Amino acid sequence: MSQRTRAILRAVGGVQTAVSAITLPSLLIGISDGTWVAFAEGGLLMFATGLALMILGSGAKSELRLRDGFLVTALAWFTSSFTAACPLILGPPHLSITDGVFEAVSGLTTTGATVIIGLENLPKSVQFYRQIMQFFGGMGIVVLAVAILPTLRIGATQLTKGETTGPVKDTKLTPRIAETAKALWMIYVGLMVACMMSYWLAGMSFLDAVDHAMSTVATGGFSTSDASFARFDSVLIELVAVLFMFLGSVSFALHFVAWRRGSLSAYMRDAEFRSFLVIWLGSVVVVTLGLWLYGGYGSPEFSLRHALFQVTSNITTTGYTVTDFSAWPAFLPAFMMLIAMIGACAGSTTGGLKVIRVLIVAKLSAREVMRVIHPRGEFVVKLDRRAIPDSVLEAVAGFVAVFFFCFVSMSLLVMASGEDLVTSFAAIASSMANLGPSLGKGAATMLPLNDFATWVCTFAMIVGRLEVFTVLVLLTPAFWRE
Amino acid sequence: MNILILGAGQVGSSMAAALAKENNDITVVDTDARRLSELREKIDLRTVHGFASHPRVLTQAGADDADMVVAVTSSDEVNMIACEVAATLFNTPTRIARVRQSDYLRRPELFTPQRLAIDVLISPEALVCKYVQRLIEYPGSLQVLEFAGGRAQLVGMRALSGGALVGHQLKELPDHLPAGVEARVVAIFRDGQPLAPDGDTVIEQDDDVFFLSDKRNLRAVMAELRRAEKPAKRIMLAGGGNIGKALAMALEKTYYVKLIERSRERVRQVAEELETAIVLAGDCADEDLLIEENIDQTDVYCAMTNDDEANILSAMLAKRLGARRTISLINRPAYADLVESGAIDIAVSPQQITLSAMLSHVRQGNMAQVHTLRRGAAEAIEAIAVGERGSSPLVGRRIDEVALPPGAIIGGLVRGERFLQAHHDTVIERDDHVIVFVTNRRHVRAVEMLFRARPTAI
Repeated sequence: MSQRTRAILRAVGGVQTAVSAITLPSLLIGISDGTWVAFAEGGLLMFATGLALMILGSGAKSELRLRDGFLVTALAWFTSSFTAACPLILGPPHLSITDGVFEAVSGLTTTGATVIIGLENLPKSVQFYRQIMQFFGGMGIVVLAVAILPTLRIGATQLTKGETTGPVKDTKLTPRIAETAKALWMIYVGLMVACMMSYWLAGMSFLDAVDHAMSTVATGGFSTSDASFARFDSVLIELVAVLFMFLGSVSFALHFVAWRRGSLSAYMRDAEFRSFLVIWLGSVVVVTLGLWLYGGYGSPEFSLRHALFQVTSNITTTGYTVTDFSAWPAFLPAFMMLIAMIGACAGSTTGGLKVIRVLIVAKLSAREVMRVIHPRGEFVVKLDRRAIPDSVLEAVAGFVAVFFFCFVSMSLLVMASGEDLVTSFAAIASSMANLGPSLGKGAATMLPLNDFATWVCTFAMIVGRLEVFTVLVLLTPAFWRE
Repeated sequence: MNILILGAGQVGSSMAAALAKENNDITVVDTDARRLSELREKIDLRTVHGFASHPRVLTQAGADDADMVVAVTSSDEVNMIACEVAATLFNTPTRIARVRQSDYLRRPELFTPQRLAIDVLISPEALVCKYVQRLIEYPGSLQVLEFAGGRAQLVGMRALSGGALVGHQLKELPDHLPAGVEARVVAIFRDGQPLAPDGDTVIEQDDDVFFLSDKRNLRAVMAELRRAEKPAKRIMLAGGGNIGKALAMALEKTYYVKLIERSRERVRQVAEELETAIVLAGDCADEDLLIEENIDQTDVYCAMTNDDEANILSAMLAKRLGARRTISLINRPAYADLVESGAIDIAVSPQQITLSAMLSHVRQGNMAQVHTLRRGAAEAIEAIAVGERGSSPLVGRRIDEVALPPGAIIGGLVRGERFLQAHHDTVIERDDHVIVFVTNRRHVRAVEMLFRARPTAI
């Protein structure tokens, strides 16, 4: 085995070993009702796989190269999410392999789509397991591994590149990547704890508060009942959820800067944040007016309440529901899918294209218009008064194109398997944006979809979470050529 | 005065010429021996060949006896260090430096006497930029100068038919103006020759009229001399050098600005720094480009390249293609005389502007500001009245009692925070800033004497 392969295996094994820790809390919770066996078996399997990979790769001396980083990240995501499915297959709810993998991937990628009906009847340990998968997937399992495993620090910059969201991945918050990863996790855990306390004070039970805090900050969307947030029927809890979904969808680098400087001005100075704020509030207004004016949806206050929660849930690609938005009138269901495709800020836990890319593409389009009017003009695309380098512009334009190419081709695959048009498009849109709920047959759960469609959606979720290119480069012959 | 000029570039040479004419002893230091010898042939001064900030060179240039160092080499850093050296080693009392880089200028704390030992900072780009900005702000003006921190402004403009006062006597002016608005006409130039204006003078078409007024009343007064024009909105700049870029930055918030620059790399640089202005790559003499970018809808066209000929030609072209008003940077006075008010509307001389800014520090008497007008033929001076009642030729006297040389006229006073229009019975007090307009340079000295602390003692 070559030195490079060893290094790759060791890194994948490291991430895999770290991820196996997510079974521990459920194992403890499951002792009382006997469900712990599945978690012990699953956890052991994950740990053993990781350890085996690390032993295979031991003695590696060479560092990871940039292209290896992509391979490691993608491999780690596939092995981790496949093995994470084991507890769900071995123990209750005894899912099939297809459904088990779908559920685990949906958890780790913070998508929040489910194939289980009757969530409230699941054992507490299983409920907790689904939530904690979202929490760890939110900030990223590779980033976590880099933060806690000293052996991974060699070549760690390459590793996190594949997992960080957004067009510019080189911004280190601290001189050392491991310190950056730690700082990000500290902020993330801090937000989770604050969210949990707020839920608890707002009236949730303690376990509900912990469960939901994990999937809120991760903008994941798993809940512990089929009714999702409609079960609580509390304005206060919805407002807490709105606040923390919003915080989870803001760049963690911005949180870091604001925390370091102790001031909020860093947020408003960021063009992406400002645009996100505008898109978010604009969408709330549009949906409120839509619900109210198309009628049949009650008072303006009620429209506003549902619009605020559901728009925030969708645009942050969380996927909690207080109502079935696929049954909303006129353009609103499609609009709700569209804002999820846009998503929120880069460097956050959300999915979708990210506001910064949409902003750059919008500015690029505006530049083309200006070029037609002033053929001799020199127009520079700027963000926050700074020129964006051409390489980033090209990367963003390419990303958006590839994102839609993937979207269309995977939708066609789902259609080919026999699903209808709306269901197919919505399921893939929802999976790629890591949203969760969708339209048509899959509105509430993905269970009605055929197995082939479920596998396509599973793949789409990982493609969406790793922002397309990390997975896509592995499919090109050029990548494998020495 | 014994003045050391470091750098024999455009500004250095023209300063040397102007200051030598005013009876100062000039030494010029430069690294270009040929340029120095050219200078020596034309002007009565001493030259030293060498690097301007080296102490040995400064000693050789007589820095020990110099009253003033003017550092105008092409390098900001050399200018700053030379001032520092002059202050530390030679105790030169007054140090003037030219600094262009806006990054330095943005931090004024660098230039306190304790730090970089610079008394006066001159930034030609910023001065020219401000100057052109004021011209754009007042359509129809030929020159706009500020006094007393902007409270009073001196405006020169050409009278045109349609102005309410044209064809009338000056004494009718107060009847035309709205109540509370005052202005004083300080000079009229007819066919290039100064007239001594009094109440009976009739303003004719094509007279160049200079008047002094409170800033707030400027527009009302300007409407007397030509039909009121609507304010400028669309501006086109040619040349994206330091001046062009600085001007575009200052203007782009209030106007629609287009900037034409020839060099591709520079175009990119400028476009990155500007926010809303449109930056065009091309030659400012390219007729098609100007037409394509709607030159006929342009209110003001400013040619701001560093090439006189290119500026003149492109401004002429713009004028012919329909630009409402054209402004051109012209360094050579001969060119400016040729084209101003004819082929182009306004010639702006960066050299004259820089020189004006330096003059107030060279002059005798308590000069606050000196502005040269009409390419050095006339001057507007803001100076502080000093001395005791009775002994001073100014303090305690009515304006009609002051013995002014011929062609000089007091336009107004600034007392504390207030600007006062000059009336014949206004009494000058101590520490008043007096604004004097001198139509003939020869009498400048006599005016200076009025402002010296104790004229009788000399």
